[in-house]
Amino acid sequence: MDILRFITAGSVDDGKSTLIGRLLYDSKSIMIDQLEAIEKQTRNREDGEIDLALLTDGLRAEREQGITIDVAYKYFTTPKRKFIIADAPGHIQYTRNMVTGASNSDLIIILVDARNGVVEQTRRHSIIASLLNMPQVIVAVNKMDLVDYSQDVYNNIVIEYADLAKALGLEDITYIPISALNGDNIVEKSDVFSWYDGPSLLHLLENVEVEKAINLNHARFPVQYVIRPQTEELHDYRGYAGKIISGIYKKGDKVTVLPSATAATIQKIETDGGKEVEEAFAPQAVVLHLEDDVDVSRGDVIVLHKDVPQTSQELEVLLCWMDNKPLVPGNKYLLQINSTRVRSVVKDIEYRLDVNSLERKYSPDQVGLNDIVKATIKTAQPVVFDKYKALRANGGAILIDETSNVTVGACMIQ
Amino acid sequence: MSIHHLDYLDELESEAIHIFREVAGQFEKPALLFSGGKDSIVLVHLALKAFRPGKFPFPLVHIDTGHNFPEALEFRNQLAEKIGEKLIVRKVEDTIKAKKLTEQKGKFASRNQLQTYTLLDTIEEFAFDACIGGARRDEEKARAKERIFSVRDEFGQWDPKKQRPELWNTYNGKINKGENVRVFPISNWTELDVWNYIRREKIELPSIYFAHERRVLEYEGQYVAISEFIRIDETDVIINKKVRYRTVGDMTCTAAVASDASTIDDIISEIIATKTSERGETRIDDKVSEAAMEDRKKNGYF
Repeated sequence: MDILRFITAGSVDDGKSTLIGRLLYDSKSIMIDQLEAIEKQTRNREDGEIDLALLTDGLRAEREQGITIDVAYKYFTTPKRKFIIADAPGHIQYTRNMVTGASNSDLIIILVDARNGVVEQTRRHSIIASLLNMPQVIVAVNKMDLVDYSQDVYNNIVIEYADLAKALGLEDITYIPISALNGDNIVEKSDVFSWYDGPSLLHLLENVEVEKAINLNHARFPVQYVIRPQTEELHDYRGYAGKIISGIYKKGDKVTVLPSATAATIQKIETDGGKEVEEAFAPQAVVLHLEDDVDVSRGDVIVLHKDVPQTSQELEVLLCWMDNKPLVPGNKYLLQINSTRVRSVVKDIEYRLDVNSLERKYSPDQVGLNDIVKATIKTAQPVVFDKYKALRANGGAILIDETSNVTVGACMIQ
Repeated sequence: MSIHHLDYLDELESEAIHIFREVAGQFEKPALLFSGGKDSIVLVHLALKAFRPGKFPFPLVHIDTGHNFPEALEFRNQLAEKIGEKLIVRKVEDTIKAKKLTEQKGKFASRNQLQTYTLLDTIEEFAFDACIGGARRDEEKARAKERIFSVRDEFGQWDPKKQRPELWNTYNGKINKGENVRVFPISNWTELDVWNYIRREKIELPSIYFAHERRVLEYEGQYVAISEFIRIDETDVIINKKVRYRTVGDMTCTAAVASDASTIDDIISEIIATKTSERGETRIDDKVSEAAMEDRKKNGYF
């Protein structure tokens, strides 16, 4: 059994909450007491049906203000897989939330209302999916019950979306007609789609390859912490603790420690608090030992010597701004990529990207919440990175406001 | 499936170890909140994997309400001794006396709210800048919205609207003096994941997690252990019942479930078959209001 992390993009109007509620309900992940709680809330409804959307409703603060805060996480398990859903609100002002939810997901479900087809919101979600380099996309054409389960309607949407996907460079796309409200094609394949010969949504989710999301080709190991017991019997023990974010490491591998570019050899790999292994791979958390007496500390990255990432003090990034205060070019921010944190300054803003049309507005006057811009960032120390499109695990960085300590930006390094 | 592929428990474990090491790397004075309950026992197990053969870069801290199950306390002491790590205990009783706090009244008077005071005092006493806890997002809907690194202000308050976005696996633990971060390494685990992990890793648990005979009173469909901390009324019917605990909190606000499960396998079978959520079945304190957890967290509860 493995884990699939996915995000659902769409608004309440697209039936996103109903879809998530349906997946949880039909996979029997909802317990009686939770159901009773939402029944209480729906008792006043005329049709008497349970409103599955309420299952994803969160805090009282949200209900009172009619808003949805940030990303909520939901869990369900089938005999095949554990699923982690990032439930991000899809309204226009929430680019920030979708970027956040997508950054930790292997797959995105883009919901399209069958009555409306590909609309501005679909375009926006797809553009964000492409900027974040989502490994897999499922386009779920929902509310098919409201268009009489029409094959023509569905086919037209598929054709329309395929054009958009092509323009965006989105590749691995699967289409499926559903009705979240009625549960058609969610868990079981439904007879109402006599013309559809693909599997149900859950079957799709259970069978997509998650390995695609993990890169095993480029070995990257950011050092998080140095283990030095300094006891008598472990006097010389010096282990570099971290998580392999991509690739495979073997005992005896020739490595390079970055950013200093020091050469070394892997003497020993430990897992499980001291158990030695011959090799380890992403995303395992391990301890590496080097044969050579080199200076390694938190923030350094150990890579295979024959496949070295870039090291630079100047980064070209696509930056999603996430703070209410506008981005001020020339301001200093902390830039954090994995376990490395350095001071940085946002130098030039080349253009702002319209997430509805992909149009570029050059030299924008102001950069505010939810804007995505192309920018150049200069850092105080060299940063070890890969291009985001090539290696997601080592190409994403956050910006931290030095005065408020808040995470204010997400950078996809170009 | 390739050989370079992790099982879901391995992936959850790796994620948690990574979070532990980020705490060690980012903070000066972290602490591991340890109650002797199954989730915090799993945390200790994960910390051993993250830091051995080195010492933990933090002490274990228990906020003792005085209403704990004796079996859990005994287990707590034994485990701390066995692994040779420092255990700090601070008692709610002392805070009540020192600060002249008013205790809840009623049949199941709970110190659940009051323990927040002791927790915040302890954080201040030791200047802890990060407190690692065993909360999971599947427990409760306010928890579902909490970050893995959850920043609290100097009053310990959680403001859901001011949460930092958490991207990729990059955790921002930067804070000002006086603030602290609550860190939840097993955020993405479900109750069943925890039990399956306990089974796989052969982790020992306090005896109360397994079925045993206990004197309980039945109250609104829940079984509450007879103890000196609850008020017994004349109309109460006290029975001997074979029960186990699905969660372990205070004796006053944790209910037992009827069970014959004497092994981890039995427990897992019962959990798979159950129709009630962990908190719904066992926590008397969450039933008070729909937003009980949300309110407690805003006030500094972990």
